[in-house]
Amino acid sequence: MGLALLIVVLKTIALKTGDERYHQAARFWAKIFAVNFLLGVVTGIPMEFEFGTNWSEFSRRTGGIIGQPLAMEGVFSFFLESTFLGLFLFGEKRLSKWAHWGAAFMVFAGSWISGFFIIVTDAWMQHPVAYRLLPDGRFQLTSFWGLLMNRWAWLQYAHNMCGAVVTASFVMAAVGAFYLLEKRDVEFGRLFVRLGVIAGVISCSMQIFPTGDMQGRYAAMNQPAAIAGMEGLFQSEKGAPIVLIGQPNIEQQRIDNPLAVNKVLSFLIYGTTAAEVKGLDQFPRDQWPSALPLLFYSYHIMAGLGTYFVLLMVTAAVLLWRGALYRARWILWPLMLSFPLPYIANTAGWMTAEIGRQPWLVYGLLRTANGYSLHVSAGNSLFTLLGFLGMYGLLSILWILLVYRFIESGPGAVKPSVAPEGFTS
Amino acid sequence: MGAIWFWIVAVMLATYVVLDGFDIGIGFLYPFLGRSEEDRKVMMRSIGPVWDGNEVWLLAGGGTLFFAFPLLYASSFSGFYLPLMIVLWLLIGRGVSIELRAHIDNAVWKSFFDGVFFFSSALLAIFYGAALANVIRGVPIGTDSYFFLPLWTNWRVGPHPGILDWYTLIGGVVALVALAVHGALYLAVKAQGDLEERALRCSQIGWVALCVVTAISLVATIAVRPSMLDNYKTYPIAFAIPVLVVLSLIAIKVFAVKKRAFAAFLCSSLYLVMMLVGAAAGLYPVLLPSSISAANDITIANALSGSYAVHVGLIWWALGTLLALGYFIVSYTMFRGKVSADAEGYGH
Repeated sequence: MGLALLIVVLKTIALKTGDERYHQAARFWAKIFAVNFLLGVVTGIPMEFEFGTNWSEFSRRTGGIIGQPLAMEGVFSFFLESTFLGLFLFGEKRLSKWAHWGAAFMVFAGSWISGFFIIVTDAWMQHPVAYRLLPDGRFQLTSFWGLLMNRWAWLQYAHNMCGAVVTASFVMAAVGAFYLLEKRDVEFGRLFVRLGVIAGVISCSMQIFPTGDMQGRYAAMNQPAAIAGMEGLFQSEKGAPIVLIGQPNIEQQRIDNPLAVNKVLSFLIYGTTAAEVKGLDQFPRDQWPSALPLLFYSYHIMAGLGTYFVLLMVTAAVLLWRGALYRARWILWPLMLSFPLPYIANTAGWMTAEIGRQPWLVYGLLRTANGYSLHVSAGNSLFTLLGFLGMYGLLSILWILLVYRFIESGPGAVKPSVAPEGFTS
Repeated sequence: MGAIWFWIVAVMLATYVVLDGFDIGIGFLYPFLGRSEEDRKVMMRSIGPVWDGNEVWLLAGGGTLFFAFPLLYASSFSGFYLPLMIVLWLLIGRGVSIELRAHIDNAVWKSFFDGVFFFSSALLAIFYGAALANVIRGVPIGTDSYFFLPLWTNWRVGPHPGILDWYTLIGGVVALVALAVHGALYLAVKAQGDLEERALRCSQIGWVALCVVTAISLVATIAVRPSMLDNYKTYPIAFAIPVLVVLSLIAIKVFAVKKRAFAAFLCSSLYLVMMLVGAAAGLYPVLLPSSISAANDITIANALSGSYAVHVGLIWWALGTLLALGYFIVSYTMFRGKVSADAEGYGH
């Protein structure tokens, strides 16, 4: 999703300046995008089916509500992305320059609309709205717009898409830094570093403020147990501190080896250091998020990496502004090496959201323990889990192999595709 | 409303079968028709830009089924757990093999993905056919509306069947042959020269098999579920459906002999749609019959979502499907015409 945006940016600049190198850059990234997209498609399909296979009770009860955004995702965005990706990858010679730009834009639009609908689904689970609960446990939708305008959804969407752009910026900057450090494809190296750093500094900053801040505060109002777990706050406190690092000790209900800053948590959530933040002691034990240390670590990994990203990108942006970035090998190295970190940060963020929601599947209304498929044995689940782990492991290896080869060949080796064989040929 | 959504889901799944069906068919025929590297390139390129959009009909249809009939979605997906997972793995294998084959110019790499493409396409056809047969035969749904089927038990149709028994295997074979003919005809539309001729000839051979297995499957279906005929007897107009099945089969042969591949392909599409519509018409209003007791059947009445949801859904669904049809027209128009193995300046 992030890369789709950056490709549109490249195509826009190409059209405005008439500079063929931007078209070439777009073609280069389109090849990588195509492989990513394919893997996204084949790994995304299991997710749609998995609601039914492994969470049949949840599906039966909530299908009338969350089935809508999921079906809308298929009907609106999947068709859009898939058709226009084919046009974008193979139609360059058959389409006018503006039509080709249009195809790229539609792929971007399709992927961002897809993101919206899936976030609406998760947001309803985190913060149920527009529903009526029937005696047999089923939820019924009472307002279509209420579902789509769920405030949680928009805050989560902003934060999530920003995170996607962060990932794409880091990858683009890393490839550019690689070329610059290797002193090859220098023009493209500079272009990728420039676009990556500009997109990066904007998205990394926005990821923390306002999107991260707003989502965090909304979560604190609506899922106080989750926030307490994330922050490792066992006892309620006025002027609650923020724990920067430490290890949650569940048995003794405290953080071991904490590095904490007083009063900051109260300020971040409520805007005043005098406010009281509810600790885990305010909630019955059976409403605590089930895997507390994992929740704590996921959140801190995400936030810690997010902070590092801002520092790195701001430094790089300053150097760029001063015209010194392309020669500054000491910053090019971390730019090149940091590209896996946004993947980790995004994953950690999702873990925070989903583990924080525990023990609820639908917050406050349906426990995870009551949502799974009753007749699917643990043995079958394990069998298929291992099957997927193996398959995805193999796909990861293929992905690394192919993307590395593209990067190695460089942007100079790419020509516009005419003949379709798969999405890239 | 229930009837509307029943037919919407049926039509979406039928569209999926017609579109992704030729991708699957070409995958199955891949080692038989794709004798040379040029042949294989042409076969891949005939489906390359469209296969993913075709597959989306499965996702859109599945999602629509989820929101319109959540009980059916929940019960059938958890009950058909293992075959569904296998279908997911096959879809992954099929998609990956199409996309990644051309990326490395190495004989082992290409051969490997050729194999995966064939294997996953063939099994997908068989599983899809078996899936429909399972729905017709019925599954052991209990009073809690759930069930779980192993892959096989004793291969017999009875109160405790597995996913695979003699009836569902017939379903699998019908699907495989039908999609092979369908794929061969599509290839005849897109290919030129020797490959086009061989594709047409292949479709003619397959056609004979198709007539035979179609007849067997219709007889077997009535034997396994005689109540399939009830709706037909109540609304005799429905007998137009099997008539159309027969007519489309005849038309396929006539057009293939006249070397009008596109017309034959359209008739093959009609055949597929009519077979599926025929099954749906026989089942209506039951969505998934129970082999234990008819009281446990999952029906439109007990599976349909709330009134507000299904009414509001109709609005966005109509809009979205109109848009999707627009995209399809654009895409297939852009990529119409014959495909060749050589092309200037492709790839790396």
